[in-house]
Amino acid sequence: MIGDFFSSIGSLLSIVFSASFIASGVAFSVVMLLGTVGELITERAGHLNLGVEGMMLLGASMGYYTAVRSSNLFLALLFACIGAGFGALLYAILTVTLRVNQNVAGLALSIFGAGLANALGSKVANTTTPDNIAKVFTWKPLSLTSPSGPFLSYINKAFLSHDIYVYLAVLLAIATTVFLFKTRAGLELRLTGENTAAADASGIKVTRIKYLYIILGGMLCGIGGLYLPLVQQGSWTNNMTAGQGWLVVALVIFVRWHPVKAIAGAYVFGSLTILGFSVQLNEKLSSIPIFNQYIMSMFPYLLTIIVLIAFSSRKKAWPGPKEIGRPYFREER
Amino acid sequence: MFRITKKESFTKAEAIIYRLFGFSVGIIFSGIIIAALGYPVFKTFISLAEGSFGSSIAIRNTISFLIPLSVTALGLSIAFKMRYWNIGGEGQILMGATAAMGVSMVLPSGMPGPLMMLSMLVAGFIGGSIWALIPGFFRINMKTNETLFTLMMNYLAICFVQYLYFELWRDPAKKGFPGIQDIPFRARIPYVSGISLAILAPLIIVLVVYFLIKKTKLGYEIRVVGESEPTAHYAGMNVKKIMFVGVMLSGGIVGVAGAVKLMGSTGTLSSSLGGGAGFTAIVIAWLANLSAPMIVLVSFLIAALEQGAQFIQVRMGVPAAVADIVKGLILMSVLGSEFMLRYKILFGVHTASKKLEERASVDPTMQDSDPESEVVEDSI
Amino acid sequence: MESIVRNDLHPAFSMRGITKMFGTVLANDSVDFEVLPGEIHALLGENGSGKSTLMNVLSGIYRPDDGQIEVYGELKEFRSPGDAIDSGIGMIHQHYKLAEAMTATENIVAGMKKPPKNSGKKDDVLRTDILRYASRSPAKTQQKIIEFSSRFGIEFDPSIPAGQLSVSQKQSVEIIKVLLRGASILILDEPTAVLTPQEAKKLFSVLRKMAAQGCAIVFISHKLNEIMALCDRVTVLRKGQSIETCTVSEIDAYDLVEKMVGRKINLSINKPDPDPERRVCLDVKGLTYSDSKSVPKLDNLSFTTYYGEILGVAGLAGGGQKELCESIAGIIRPQQGDILVDNERIAGLSPRDITQKGVAMCFIPEDRLGMGLVASMGIEENILLKEYALTKGPLIRMKDATTKAEQIINELEIKTPGLKHPVRMLSGGNIQKVILGREIHLNPKLMIAAYAVRGLDIHSSYTIYNLLNEQKQKNVSVLYIGEDLDVLIDLCDRIMVLCQGKNMGIVDASSTTKEEIGQMMSGTTLEELKRGVSYV
Repeated sequence: MIGDFFSSIGSLLSIVFSASFIASGVAFSVVMLLGTVGELITERAGHLNLGVEGMMLLGASMGYYTAVRSSNLFLALLFACIGAGFGALLYAILTVTLRVNQNVAGLALSIFGAGLANALGSKVANTTTPDNIAKVFTWKPLSLTSPSGPFLSYINKAFLSHDIYVYLAVLLAIATTVFLFKTRAGLELRLTGENTAAADASGIKVTRIKYLYIILGGMLCGIGGLYLPLVQQGSWTNNMTAGQGWLVVALVIFVRWHPVKAIAGAYVFGSLTILGFSVQLNEKLSSIPIFNQYIMSMFPYLLTIIVLIAFSSRKKAWPGPKEIGRPYFREER
Repeated sequence: MFRITKKESFTKAEAIIYRLFGFSVGIIFSGIIIAALGYPVFKTFISLAEGSFGSSIAIRNTISFLIPLSVTALGLSIAFKMRYWNIGGEGQILMGATAAMGVSMVLPSGMPGPLMMLSMLVAGFIGGSIWALIPGFFRINMKTNETLFTLMMNYLAICFVQYLYFELWRDPAKKGFPGIQDIPFRARIPYVSGISLAILAPLIIVLVVYFLIKKTKLGYEIRVVGESEPTAHYAGMNVKKIMFVGVMLSGGIVGVAGAVKLMGSTGTLSSSLGGGAGFTAIVIAWLANLSAPMIVLVSFLIAALEQGAQFIQVRMGVPAAVADIVKGLILMSVLGSEFMLRYKILFGVHTASKKLEERASVDPTMQDSDPESEVVEDSI
Repeated sequence: MESIVRNDLHPAFSMRGITKMFGTVLANDSVDFEVLPGEIHALLGENGSGKSTLMNVLSGIYRPDDGQIEVYGELKEFRSPGDAIDSGIGMIHQHYKLAEAMTATENIVAGMKKPPKNSGKKDDVLRTDILRYASRSPAKTQQKIIEFSSRFGIEFDPSIPAGQLSVSQKQSVEIIKVLLRGASILILDEPTAVLTPQEAKKLFSVLRKMAAQGCAIVFISHKLNEIMALCDRVTVLRKGQSIETCTVSEIDAYDLVEKMVGRKINLSINKPDPDPERRVCLDVKGLTYSDSKSVPKLDNLSFTTYYGEILGVAGLAGGGQKELCESIAGIIRPQQGDILVDNERIAGLSPRDITQKGVAMCFIPEDRLGMGLVASMGIEENILLKEYALTKGPLIRMKDATTKAEQIINELEIKTPGLKHPVRMLSGGNIQKVILGREIHLNPKLMIAAYAVRGLDIHSSYTIYNLLNEQKQKNVSVLYIGEDLDVLIDLCDRIMVLCQGKNMGIVDASSTTKEEIGQMMSGTTLEELKRGVSYV
C-alpha cells in the first residue's frame, strides 16, 4: 500500500520534472502570462476587468482572421491589438466615464467578446495558420544545436526550445516590472490605482492614465489570446481560451500584482492545466481516482481557490490597489 | 467643453425613457456589428423575432429558455441585494441538477411521480445551496474574494459533472458511449396543452422572492446588509447569519433552476446542462435592476434572443453567437445609459439671467442644505 | 519685508463673479475674492457657506458655472487640478489626499513635473534633482526632501508609508508636496481641525515663514481666535456670497461673527446645571481593545458617567473614540475590561440587547451615512432599523415606524419631501436630526453622541446642542464625542481626554483651558500636568 503510494508519487514526479512536460507547460503558460501582465496593469490603474476571456477571444479571432486573410504576421498582431483594445475601450468608457459597476461591465465584455469572436472565428473555422507565419514560430531562437551532456540537453529541451513568442512574453513581463517600479510613469500609474483622488490632486491626468492602461492591458490580453489559434493550435475553435481568461484574473492576485512573479505563476497554472493529459498516458497513475483526468482538470481552479483563501487570511498583507471597484468622482468626500 | 454634475433625483418616466434609449443604442450597435460581419441586418433581426415569437413552437421554445434564466436570475438577485457577487450561477445550476439526478438514481423506482419530483427539487435546492455556501463560508468568515471564488466553483462543477459523465455515473447501457442514464419518466415534468408545467417554477419563485425582499424581516435585513454592513452591525443585526441565509437561498434557488431544467427539458445530466444560463442570468438581474418582476420580463426578452439565435443559425447560417453580441451590447448600453439618470451634462457656462432664473426656482426644502456634501463633479 | 511684497503690481490671484451650482443649490453666488502675495488671508464662513467650494474652484477641482480667475494678473481657465498646479496654486485638502500604502516620498514625487530649463529659480535645481533620483535612488530623493522640508521647519520621515504617519505629519507631507510643485499660492482647508493647539501653533509658524518668502496663503477656517492670531486680512462668506473683506487688526471677533452668521447671536451655549446627585450611569473598567491587525486602540480605559450630565470626550482623530463608542454599543468586543450600566453588565451583550438596556448611540461618521442610516432608504425604513426586530413574526410592520417617523419629522422640524424620500438626498442637518430623533425616541438612559454636529452650520449645530441639553435635563447621561475644543468646553460638564486609547484624565469643563486639553491630547496625563511635567 505505502509502496504503491510512493511509487505513484515517484511516477508523478518523473512526469512533472521531465523535460518534455516542462516544455509543454512553458508553452501552455504564454497565453496566461501575457493575459496576467495585461490584467495586472489594468488593475494597477484601479480597474478590475473581468472581461479578460472576452478580450483574449477578441484578440485571437481578429488576429487569426487577419492572419488567414493577409498572411501577414504584423497585421495579425496589429489587429489582435485592435480587437482586444476595442473591447477594453468599451470597458473603459463604461467604467471610467460612465461609472458603471466594474464587475458587471467586465462580464458584459466577456459575453460580447466571446460572441463577436465566435461569430468572426467561424468564418475561418476550416483554415490553418498560413505557412509563412507558422514558419516564424518554428524558429527556436535560443535552442542549442548540439547540447553537450545530459544537463544541457535537459535545459535545452525544457527551456530553450521555444518559439519567439514565449521569450517575448517573458521579456515583456520583466520590462513591465521595471516600468512599474523604476519609472515615474509607473509610479503615477500605481498612485492612480492606490488613491485616484490623491493622484488627481497631484496633477496627474487620471482619466487619461486609466484609459491608457485599461486599453494597453486589453491589448496584451489580445496578443496572448492570439497565441492559441495562430501558434499553439494552428486553427480556430470557438471559445478556445476555455476559461484561461478567468484564471488570469485569479493569477493577478496569486502574483500579488507583480509582473515578474507572473512568469512563475503562469507556469504553475499552465502546467497544472496540462497535467491531467500527461498523467492520463501513464496507465498505473490514471487508474488512481485522484489522478483521473477529469479530477485533475480541477486542479488549477482548486489552486486558485486555495490561493484566494490563503491571501484572505493574511490580514497584514497588502490587499491590492485600493481603488479597485470604486468609481472615481472628482472631489467626492 | 462640457462638464458633468450629479443629479439629485429622477422620475420613473425618465428611468424608463433612458433605459429604452440604452436598449435602442444597443440594438443599433449590434446592427452595425452584424453588418460588419457581412450578414443582412434587417433580415437577421426579423428572423430573430420570427424565431422567438413567430409560431407556437417558437414561443414554447422561448419559454423553455425563459424558465432556467428567470429562476437563476431571481436566485442571484438575492445575493446581489447583499452586494455579494455570486458569479457562480452556472456551477450552482449544475450541482442542483447533479443532486437531483443523484436522488433520482437512489430513490426506489416504484415511488409516485410527484413525490419523486418533490424530492428532486429539494435535492436541487440543497445541491445549489451547498455549492454556493462553500465560497459563502469563506467570504463570511474570512472575507475571501467571493467574485473569483464563486467563478472558480463553476469550473469545479463542470469538471465534476464531466467526471460523473465519463466515469463514475457512466451508463453501461450506452455501449461504450459516454453518458448518464435518463431520469425515470415519471420524474419528468408533464406538459399541459403543449406547455411544460415547469413554467410554474418562475411564477412561484418570483412571488416568493418579491415577498421575501419587500415584506419580511429577513428581506429587510438583506437590503440593509447590502447597503452598509456597518449600519447592519450597528442595528444589532447578525450580519454573518443573514449573509449565510441569503447565500443559501440564492444558491438554493439557482439549484432549483438546475433541477427543473433536468426534469423539464434535458432529462439527463451533462456538463452543458447549464448552457451559460448562470452567466446570462447575471446580466438579466442587473438589467432588471434586481427587481423581481422586472427579472421575469427581462428574462423573457433574453430568452427570445437566445431562441431566435438558434433559429437564425439554422435558417440563415448566421452564427448563434450573434445572440451573445446583442446581449453584451444591450447590457453595456443600458448600464451606460443609467449614467444619464445620475448625472447631468452641462455645455458651456451659465448666463447670468439663467442663473437668476434657476435661483428663483430653487426648491425651498433644500435651502439650508450644505452643498459640499452632495457634490459630485468631474470634467472630461 | 511684508510691505515690499504688498506693493507688488498684481494680487497673487483674484477671482471675480465665481458662481457654482450643485443641482438646485447655489454654492457660490458671484463671489469675488482676492489675495496678495505675502499675506495670510482667512476665508471665514460657516459650514456650507461655500468656502471649500470656492477654493476647490481655484484649485481646478470644480469648474465654475460663471466667473473669472486671474493668477498674477493673467487670465486662467483650469480644467483639472494639474492646470492649477501649473499656475502655482496648491491646495491642502481637509481630508488629506495620500495613498496610505505608498511612502511619503512616492506620494510627494508622483505627478511632479520637470521645471522649465534655466528659469533661474533656486529651487529648480533641487526639483530637477529630486525628479532625477525619484525612480533610481529613493535614498537620495529622501535626503533632498528632508533638506527642502527643514527650510520651513517641517520634519517627517519620508521613507515610511504615509499610512503610518501621524495626522500632523501627513499634513506636513501635503504641504511639502504642494511646495515642491512650485506653489506660491497655498490654500489650507481647515488645517487645524485635527491638530492639537500645540501642533496648530507650530503650523502657524511654518505658514508665517512661507508668507515671509512671498507666498500667498489662504486659510480656511471658522475658528475666530485662530484667524485673529494668524491672518492679515479676512474675507467672510455667507450662504455662498462674499460679504466683506477686512483687515484683521481693524476688526473684533464679535463683528466677524455677525458678518459670518448674518445676525447678532450669542455664541455661548446655554449650559444647564448638571444633576447634583451624581448617580453613576455608565461605568467602564479597564477596557482594552486591539483591532484585527492587532493595533491597540483602547488601552486599559476606565471612567464613569453620571445621570443628568454631559461627559465630553476629546482626542486626536483615531485616538480610540470610535472603538470606545462601538464597545459600549456592543458592535465590537473588547479583549479585556467591563462595561456596566446601572451596575448591570452590558459587555458581551448583543447590540440589540444593549439598546434594550437603555443605551442609544448616534455616531456620525465622516461620510455622515456609513453608520446608523441606510442611505437609499426613506426615513420610515430608517426608523424601522432599531425596531423591526422587536415585533413578533417573520414580517416587518411598517405602520408603527410610519407614525414614529411623522412624529420625529414634526418634533425636530426635519425637512423632507416624503417619508420614503431617500435620506441620502436630505441635507446634512436633516440627516443628523433623523438619527438623533430616532435615538431620542428610544428614551435612553445613556446617549452616545459622536461627532453629532459634523459639517453642520451654526444654526443646525445649536439645534443639536439644544437637543442634547434637553436630554441632560431629562436626566439622561450623555457621552459627547467631539472635535472642536471650544464646543466641548462650552457644552460639556466634564471632559475626558483620550490619547492612543488611554484615559489622560478627566477635567472640569468650567476650569480647564484648551491648552491643557491639547497637552493631554498629545500624551501628557493630567497628573503629570499638575506636577508640572510636560512632554510637549
